[in-house]
Formats: sequence, C-alpha cells, structure tokens
Amino acid sequence: MSVPLLQVDNLSKSFGGIQAVRDVSFTLEEGEIVGLIGPNGAGKTTLINLVTGVFPASSGKVTYRGEDVTGQRPFQAARRGLARTFQIVQPFPAMTVLENVAAGALFAGAAASRAEAESAALAHLEFAGLAAQARRPAASLTLPSRKRLELAKSLAMKPKVLLLDEVNAGLNSSEIDHALALIRSIAARGITIIIVEHLMKVVLSLSQRILVLHHGELISAGRSEDVVKDPRVIEAYLGSKFAERQKKLARARTPA
Amino acid sequence: MKRLPYVLFALWMLALAASPFLASNYIVKIATFLAMYAALALSWNFIGGYAGYPSFSTAAFFGLGAYSGALMQNAGLWVGAAWVGAAIVTTVFAALLGFAILRMRGHYFAIASIALVEVLMLIASTWAGFTGGGEGLNVKIMPGGPNYIGRVFLYTMLCIMLAAFIATVLVDRGRLGFGLRCIQQNEDAADMVGVDVTRYKTAAFALSAVFCGAIGAAYASWVAYISPVDSFSILLTLKVPVMVLLGGPGTVFGPVIGSAAFVLMEETIWAKFLDYHQAILGVIIVLLIFFLPGGLLRLFSRRGAA
Amino acid sequence: MEYGQVLANGLMLGAIYACIAVGFSLVWGVLNVINMMHGSFIILGGYLTFFAWLHLKVNPFVSLLPVAAVLFALGYLIQYALINRVVTRPVLTTLTLTFGLDMILYNFMNLGFTATPRRIVLDLGRLDLGGVILPLDRVAAMGLALVLTGVLYAVLRTSRTGRAIVAVRMDRDAAALMGIRVNRVYAITFGIGALMAGACGALAAVVFPITTSVTGLFLGKAFVICVIGGLGSVPGALVGGIALGLIESLAGHWLGPQSAILAGFLIMLVLLIVRPTGLVGKKGYE
Repeated sequence: MSVPLLQVDNLSKSFGGIQAVRDVSFTLEEGEIVGLIGPNGAGKTTLINLVTGVFPASSGKVTYRGEDVTGQRPFQAARRGLARTFQIVQPFPAMTVLENVAAGALFAGAAASRAEAESAALAHLEFAGLAAQARRPAASLTLPSRKRLELAKSLAMKPKVLLLDEVNAGLNSSEIDHALALIRSIAARGITIIIVEHLMKVVLSLSQRILVLHHGELISAGRSEDVVKDPRVIEAYLGSKFAERQKKLARARTPA
Repeated sequence: MKRLPYVLFALWMLALAASPFLASNYIVKIATFLAMYAALALSWNFIGGYAGYPSFSTAAFFGLGAYSGALMQNAGLWVGAAWVGAAIVTTVFAALLGFAILRMRGHYFAIASIALVEVLMLIASTWAGFTGGGEGLNVKIMPGGPNYIGRVFLYTMLCIMLAAFIATVLVDRGRLGFGLRCIQQNEDAADMVGVDVTRYKTAAFALSAVFCGAIGAAYASWVAYISPVDSFSILLTLKVPVMVLLGGPGTVFGPVIGSAAFVLMEETIWAKFLDYHQAILGVIIVLLIFFLPGGLLRLFSRRGAA
Repeated sequence: MEYGQVLANGLMLGAIYACIAVGFSLVWGVLNVINMMHGSFIILGGYLTFFAWLHLKVNPFVSLLPVAAVLFALGYLIQYALINRVVTRPVLTTLTLTFGLDMILYNFMNLGFTATPRRIVLDLGRLDLGGVILPLDRVAAMGLALVLTGVLYAVLRTSRTGRAIVAVRMDRDAAALMGIRVNRVYAITFGIGALMAGACGALAAVVFPITTSVTGLFLGKAFVICVIGGLGSVPGALVGGIALGLIESLAGHWLGPQSAILAGFLIMLVLLIVRPTGLVGKKGYE
C-alpha cells in the first residue's frame, strides 16, 4: 500500500470569529489531477494557504510524503516540493522574466549556482512559451503571459505537487485552451496537481477527482461525474430552489 | 562583467591611500571621512538597498561600536582587538534585535529602527557609571605625532571600506543578494519561492551592522572622546541613507559614489556657506528626491554597475 | 499626596502631548507620510506666539488663532506643492523628503529666531487641591489643548471635509471613486496637522521653554504617542498622549528626567514588537 503524497486530516482555520476552513480531510495520490471547486468564499484559497504554510492551522494535520508538515513555513513547503500559484499573480515586478523563473530554480529548485538557475529557467520559459520575453521586466507582461510566468516559475521549483489557484481567471476562451494544454503537459511530467477552478469545463476535462468546498467544509468528494450530480453540490452552487426543481424534474423523468 | 568601474574604484582607493604623501593634513582628513562614509553607506546598502527595508539604525550601530571599542580599549585591550571586538558586539546585537524588529515592515520598521538610536543614546546618557553618561567618555589616546595618527586612521578606514566593498560584491553576485532582491520586490512571493526570508533579512541586517560597528570603534579611537549625542547622532542616521539614495541603492558602486559626492558637497558648503549649510543640504535632499529617483548611477547607465 | 501631584502633572502634560501628536498621527494615518517637520512646526507656532506676546502684547491664548491659521496655510502649501508629488512613494522616500524640508525650516528658524530658549510667563496664580499644586497657566493650556483636540474630533466626524478625510484614511482608492478629491484632502489634512502642531506649540510655550533644540524631542514624543495610541485617530492620540504624560511623570519622579524619556521610547519599542497597531488603533499602514 502506497503512502499518499499529501494527506490532510481535520484541518481547520478560524480568523477571529470566522471559520474559514472547517474540519477538512482528503488525500492526494501521486499522479492525480484533483479539482477543488466551491462557490466564492468557500475557503479554497485559505485551504491552499494552510497546506503551504502561509497561515498556521487552528487545528488539524498536514502530512506530506509521510512527514508531518503542519507547522511549516512557506519557504519550507516550497523546498519540499509543494509549489503553488496565486490567484492574483505575484511576480517580482522589476526583475526580468528570466530572473523571476531563475528565483524558483535557485531557491526551491536547489540549483547549485545562479548560472545553473538561469539556464534551467530558460528551459522552463521555452516550455511555457515565454522564451522571447526573457529579458523584459515582469511588470511589462500581459495578464495571460503573467499567468504563464507563474506556471514557469512554479515548474522551476521542481515541485512534486502543484497547487493551481484559479490560473484561468481573467483569460478568454482560447487562452484557456492554451492553459489547459500546458497543465496537461505538466501533469504528463509526473507532477501531481490540485486545481482550484470556477470553470466547470476546465475542471471536468482535467480532473479525475473533485473536492467540493462550501462554507469551509468539504461537502462532496469523489469522481468528477458523481460529484457534479451530487444534490448537495447543486444546492451549494445554485441554491436550494434550483436543487428542488432538479429533483422534481428527475422524478418526473423516471418511468412510473 | 564590466571591468571599468572596478578599475576606477581601485584607482580611487589608491588616490585616497596616497594622500598623506601628496597633500596636506586637511586633505588626509577628508580622505579619511570619504573612506568612513563609504563604509557606512555600503553597510546601509545591505538592508536598505538590497533588502529594501527602510532602516535608520546606522547611528545605533555606529554608536554601539564606538562605545564598545572605547570601553574595551580603556579596559586595556589592544586597539585593533578592541575594534574587532566592537564589530562583533554590534553584529550580535543586530542579529538578536533583527529577529524582533525585522518582523515589522515599512513604516513600523523605520520607526523601530530610529527608536533604537534614541534608546541607546538615552541608555548611554543615563548609565553614567559605565559609559561616563552625558559628560562623555575619554578614550586612550594613541601615541604618535599627528601625521602618523592621520595615516593610521586613514588606512584603518580604508581597510574597513574595502572589506565592506568586498562583502557587497560577494552578496551582489551570490544567492544572498538575489534572495534579498526578491524580498525587496515581493516578500511574500520570495517566501513562496523558497527563500528563507527571516534568515536572509537578519543576515542583511547583521551585515549592515558589522562594518558600522568597526567604523564607530575606529572613530572613537581617532577622536579620543565620545559622547552619547554625537555617537548616536540622528543626523548621521538620516544622512547615510541619503548618500546611498544619491548614488543608487541596491548596487555595488552606488553607495561609494553617493557618499563621495555627499561628503565633498558638504565640505564645500560648510566651508563657503556655514550659516546656511543645513538649508542647502536640505535643498539638495529635496532635489534628489524629485529629480534622481534611482540615484546618480541610474543616470549614467541603464542598470546598476556590474 | 506626592503621587497626586505626579498624576496631576502627568495628566496636564498628557493633554498637551495629545494635542501635539494628533496632527502627526492624522498625517501619518491619512497620507501615509511620516512628517519629520512636525517638531519644527510646533516650535514655529511657539515662537510666533512668543513674539506676538513679547512685542505686540497679545495674550497667547488669543494669538492661538492667527498662529494656527498661518501654520495651516504653510502646511497646505508645502503638501500641495511638494509632498504631493511623492505621496505614493515608499516610506524611505517620503520620510527623507520631509527630513530635507525640515533641515531648511530648521536652519531659517535658527537664523531668524536664534536658539535661545523662550517661555511665555503668564502669572495666573495657582490652584491648591488638597496639597496638589496646579499652576493655572498649565491648567489653562491643558484645557485649551483638550478643547482644540475636541474641536478637531468634532470636525472630523461631522463636517464634509472631515468625513472625506476619514474616508481617504480608510481607503484612498474607494474615496477617489466616490468623487473625493484626494489631493485636496491630503493638502487639507497636512494643513490641519501643521495647524494642530502650531496651536499646541503656542500652548506649549506657556508651559515649557521653547527653543529650536527641542524640535527633535517633540517629534520623538509624537512617534511614541502614535505607537502607543494608534494611528490616524483622535482618541488614539488622546490615549497615547495621556499615557505618555503619565509615563514620563512617573518615570521622571522615580528615576530622573532622562529616564522619563527613555521609558517612553522603551515602551514604544516593546509595543512595536508586540502590538504595533497601538492600544486604540486599527491596522493602519504597514
């Protein structure tokens, strides 16, 4: 029996009086692509922040490759191979695109020297289609390019697990298709992915499993096809009236 | 790697070192101040330039170095050992305190760093039994004539400056410098990318202290008398960042250029416009802020030197 | 009874300190600018009042108003013409700019007024409350300081300009979207900061000797009060001012005058490490 790559047990986080994440547990096996969905404010980003050490958890445990990493700091998560992207991209604005990615290679990716980091960075930029922009300051990139920069930077960090937080926010349809192709090739490299997304088409086409968060709680988890039909999920996204109507329609359709 | 700036720097150092044989004692004194302020500016550059933390602690480290060095010397320690000891004391102090105040950012860090200067000054003033209090402290005078003394301290300051410069080059080219720049650009992203931000910031803060402490101790031995208000001078702690801003923060040569320009300007202004010298310096600072946002270095080249 | 005196002194001092700091706190909280000229504004107000008293025989409590107006105009101009250009830049830049401007102001004050300590001596007699001596000039200064602070508080809460200032303090961009002219608000706020400094400088001249050498001292107190009390709010400045007044009075009584100042700064350092937003403040600017 293999040890799951990432195991989250009863993770909770409250800010003052507000419970952002409530008793969440799940596991992540190597090679999976798992979708994390939920309405706005469900706690998806908070969950990622907890796993990567941005906030300390109020209670619960995070185990990564068999090691208890609950109290870790972000840079430790990064060095262990847990990389994440940000919903609102966080580049180093005045540094060049190459330097941005080299930072990932040098620190989390444990390159031996700056020179080695920069050549590794160039390779990742090629992969992400940004090689032509290597010498430009990161702040001068368009939004889709900045998203690809985030991806290239996280790849340079040599991650085992990549947590993608709404990589497609703000992108148009064709840009999203590009992004999907990129994510698939990342997965093909053996990197396990959790992808936070609002767009159902993206989630369904990429992930084999889906976790659904609502008001900080995990209300559904399982295979994509099943989760999408789960009445609790429908209620969370579309409201109870809609869920009722769906139930009535489903009953009407089944033969007497 | 462009060689020219390094060559120019080497020539500059040689010129300063040769001044006792070529010019009057007054010039030698100016040369000593040039070396001294260059070292202070290079020090501040680690925390203020590379890491981007607005530190106003220069006077705290300078004063602490001055008092540590003076007290060690008066206790019988050989002068050179006292200077090294003072540098160590100051660095340890910075490392320990950095742990507490580097957690703050922006304004609060700035205020805390100024508060450090004030608190140390007040402690030196009130702990009269140990530090001589407001009356000041006399330091054992070095034996030798004025020419000899002048040379000793010129070369001391030059050595410390050279050490600070070498440290700057190493940091600039290595992981620490890269990491500090990431921290300056976006501290949270730096953390996410694998930079141990606490350790790096503390290293920068400690580096910013070590040479200041040595300079302070050397200065105390040079002038043979120190007092709280002059050793922990708010004016010094505000001038040194201005020098680096003038030259170009976060670069190898910016602090050297800026401190040299500032010291020379100040000497000229002091000599010619004593009554208005503060106002003129103030005007220079205002002009600097408005018209030279990247410092002189950015004016002369696309990116920072080397 | 000794403690009664110490407490009374602390409170009287505290009221003046609160007034001195409230302008600084407002500027820091709203513009995100640490105004290094604040100490000089205080002394300038003090000097102007002193000379009005000496040469024109005007009672300082009366010349308070014109002095305040002059300082307001000065502050407004300086902000509008100069500081506004860099108001969005990081703290190192804005602090260095105000430091440079302060050097200019300081130089001219020294040349114009000289550094000789001046104090307005109003012999108004004293109140004796069961052994606690309250010199009436101090009581009057304290009272006026509280009145001024109260007026500022009322203005901030009720007038349109005041509420615009508070809005900008909370969220500059949202305020701009609401149609508030942020640059004008900045200039007015800075003007108010200078006004409060000048007015309280006038009051301080009744209580302490005024000289350019103490600009740094007052500035330092303003820092401490902001950290103790919290940024950008009048209640915060009041709490911080009174706290500092009491701390200095108590520490001064037990340990001597320099220890009084040291105590203030040490407490500020500890608070910065432990609770930087102060006793009353919300999270201000970082």
